[in-house]
Amino acid sequence: MNFIDNPGKLRGFEKHIKVEKVSRRSILKGLGITGGFVLAAPVMSRQAFAYETGAGKMPHGVVVDPRVFVSVAPDGIVTILAHRAEMGTGVRTSLPLIVAEEMEADWSRVKVQQAHGDEVKFGNQDTDGSRSTRHYLIPMRQIGASARTMLEQAAAKRWGVPATEVKAINHEVVHSASGRKLGFGELAADAAKESVPSIEGLKLKDPKDFRYLTKGQVGIVDLHDITTGKARYGADVRLPGMKYAVIARPPVTGGKLVSFDPAEAMKISGVEKVMEVRGWPWPSKFQPLGGVAVIARNTGAAIKGRDALKLVWDDGPNGKYDSVAYRKELEEASRKPGLVLRKEGDADAALKGADKVIVGEYYVPHLAHVSMEPPVAVADVKGDKAEIWAPVQSPGGTREDVAKTLGIPEQNVTVNVTLLGGGFGRKSKCDFALEAALLSKELGAPVKVQWTREDDLHNGFLHTVSVERIEAGLDKDGKVIAWRHRSVAPSIASTFAAGTVHQAPFEIGMGLVDMPFEIANISCENPEAAAHTRIGWFRSVSNIPRAFAVQSMVGEVAQATGRDQKETLLALIGSPRIVKPAVKDLWNYGEPLDSYPIDTARLRKVVELVAEKGEWGRQVPKGHGLGIAVHRSFVSYIATIVEVAIDDKGKLTVPRVDTAIDCGTYVNPERIASQIEGAAIMGLSLAKYGEITFKDGKVQQKNFDDFQVIRMDESPLVTNVYIVPPGPDTPPSGVGEPGVPPFAPALINAIFAATGKRIRSLPIGKQLEA
Amino acid sequence: MIKVKINGQEQSWDGDPDLPLLWFLRDEAGLTGTKFGCGQALCGACTVIVDKEAVRACITSISDVAGREVTTIEGLHPNGDHPVQKAWRQVNVPQCGFCQAGQIMQAAALLMDNPKPSHEQIREAMSGNICRCGCYQRIENAVHLASTGV
Repeated sequence: MNFIDNPGKLRGFEKHIKVEKVSRRSILKGLGITGGFVLAAPVMSRQAFAYETGAGKMPHGVVVDPRVFVSVAPDGIVTILAHRAEMGTGVRTSLPLIVAEEMEADWSRVKVQQAHGDEVKFGNQDTDGSRSTRHYLIPMRQIGASARTMLEQAAAKRWGVPATEVKAINHEVVHSASGRKLGFGELAADAAKESVPSIEGLKLKDPKDFRYLTKGQVGIVDLHDITTGKARYGADVRLPGMKYAVIARPPVTGGKLVSFDPAEAMKISGVEKVMEVRGWPWPSKFQPLGGVAVIARNTGAAIKGRDALKLVWDDGPNGKYDSVAYRKELEEASRKPGLVLRKEGDADAALKGADKVIVGEYYVPHLAHVSMEPPVAVADVKGDKAEIWAPVQSPGGTREDVAKTLGIPEQNVTVNVTLLGGGFGRKSKCDFALEAALLSKELGAPVKVQWTREDDLHNGFLHTVSVERIEAGLDKDGKVIAWRHRSVAPSIASTFAAGTVHQAPFEIGMGLVDMPFEIANISCENPEAAAHTRIGWFRSVSNIPRAFAVQSMVGEVAQATGRDQKETLLALIGSPRIVKPAVKDLWNYGEPLDSYPIDTARLRKVVELVAEKGEWGRQVPKGHGLGIAVHRSFVSYIATIVEVAIDDKGKLTVPRVDTAIDCGTYVNPERIASQIEGAAIMGLSLAKYGEITFKDGKVQQKNFDDFQVIRMDESPLVTNVYIVPPGPDTPPSGVGEPGVPPFAPALINAIFAATGKRIRSLPIGKQLEA
Repeated sequence: MIKVKINGQEQSWDGDPDLPLLWFLRDEAGLTGTKFGCGQALCGACTVIVDKEAVRACITSISDVAGREVTTIEGLHPNGDHPVQKAWRQVNVPQCGFCQAGQIMQAAALLMDNPKPSHEQIREAMSGNICRCGCYQRIENAVHLASTGV
């Protein structure tokens, strides 16, 4: 394998990534049978570290207990539990790798076992919010260090030497004075009798001794299985006697079934039964929408049967939802004062007195996640017990919701977490698992509920739709002296509570009130907007429209003053400082501001780094342009430069993307690069094509032909990723989501540089063809 | 009774002759490596090789492949060491991995037809396969690597 010797042949692939020969593991049985640690008392989280995170405030907090997460078998195989869901970020590898590192385990003798949903036992399992590394770097190190210490203590006792004289090195404990060694397997039984050391007394490894962390040389644990078709996703679960179901759901959110005729469906070969599925009135969190299920011997027959159903729906209160009319409502609301969330100085007066005012109304429509694996779940309900197999981001929440929906105790519900064929926030909502549970209960047999792509688009939890209106007031020198930002968008909270018209703290904290520019007069407002469909988390959430608006406005200020984009951006960011917005109870991604302040030095740093590495200001061919944008989200700092090329017919291509990320202390730079590469594709998808529209209450898009995403022939030729080296004790921050928000505004700023056209409404669609 | 050879094994089906090959593979034959992504030949997640051609199993009926040889990801190589599979692992292509079987089958079919594709040919041939995680840069590099020897 010699491709690294000639990187020019492999565009954009500059990192030498050695893949360890990890033999694939069969599904492991429970930890108990391996004769692992049996310890005295559970040890709850206490962080003896330079920084605190919000981990302890998540539901069920953090569990730091080697008995729960680690076992060592007599043959030396170390099994480490992955309690977060794998949807492509690499977390199923990264978190166990942290334990292995700190424990001195040899990764080739480590097996990773997926934990089921049980937050009392494992701590919080919500795999969302770009939180896993941020919340678990230290706890996983502590778990590994505890296990290592216990193995060392066991060896010291065996040899009758002080524990300070022995040291775990690469899967064995060594007494260097006498040259004696004992493998982890030989020590497992004795180590299990040791008490768990206190967290305060744990000695963690010096980062200079890391073998795996920060190196990026370990492939993901599922790599071989993924390339051979053996990896098991939700849809791949098969149980004896299992039935296959698809469901016809109300086409309008809040609608309900009036009547149905199953006669034609029952004539389809392979169809066994047609039955009504219970629905909950909207809004009802993640509860099923209801409808009619077709049960068959295979999914193909179920789909064909569903096509033959005759269905009558009552569309309910959202039957008139129309995207064109709704956009006008949002725009009108954005032109009037709204609930003031942040007020510094007097933006009204400063705008009135400004030499020049730039007004931008930026529109981002509803978006759909379209993870490659549509929602799917298998349930087997017997009496008052339920077992679920599903690709869920929230195994603990799924367990709670299944128990509630079926009216059985939570301890009677087992949620097995499969691999997720993409998540992006869609699979934080467990409605599909609840549907399977309801059907299985009624049928008395295991059932798989498969959503089609059309179902995914028509009955999902969409990204909000928003108008972000920014008015920037400039003085005679072109300096921005006033900033009024009104954000109008239906809130995710509307999926939980009827009558919601204002955005929630976690939404306004995503790039609205935490805006970091050094401007004397600031007003951030939130006029009202009511929801007419199910709104949910979508990768990066409100940061998408906010970064698009704020960073486009930076481009517009540069455009109005004839200055360089990057210099304009740095001037707006202002001096290196900690920003303390005048906001009551500022939401900071759930993190304490002491550990995770809004630090403009770090914001400036990623701008400067990407400008240097990405050769900002370089000469580009005619029809090309460069654009830049920066955004802090999920407490990370990311700056992106996009080079765009527009041909005579308005066809857009992206020859090059450069992104710099400061995510603090990190674990696996190789997976950071993959997340950022992917974020550029997702950013380009939403900028170029992303739009879900409604007419008569119904989503108009059906599949990948009319809800398009970027394919390889349109993808950036090169995406380069630069990671800022962390300072000592810099807390880890998010990676999965923050790459997306700066992409669209960097692209839009690049389009302006190439063509002189300013796009304020996404998607770009045919706007460049005019 | 429809007979079809899948990964070298004779299989038969006496149900609906219009049943998409995808659902026969996944639900009847238990070969779940081939994935459902769209059902309309728009995403390529269900790509299999029929004789020597990449086809979308979601719009190919079981009767369309009667008497023909179908290769799925499970049958591409006995040990999973087809040059494309090896290259995929060298380049650490996957994120979530769900589309990858389809991508790999498409790439394998491409290399059967054109053992040394240019980057432009790779991008064109692979554009029927969607990866929502956005692994395209690595897919392109892996196909190139497979074509030049791992």
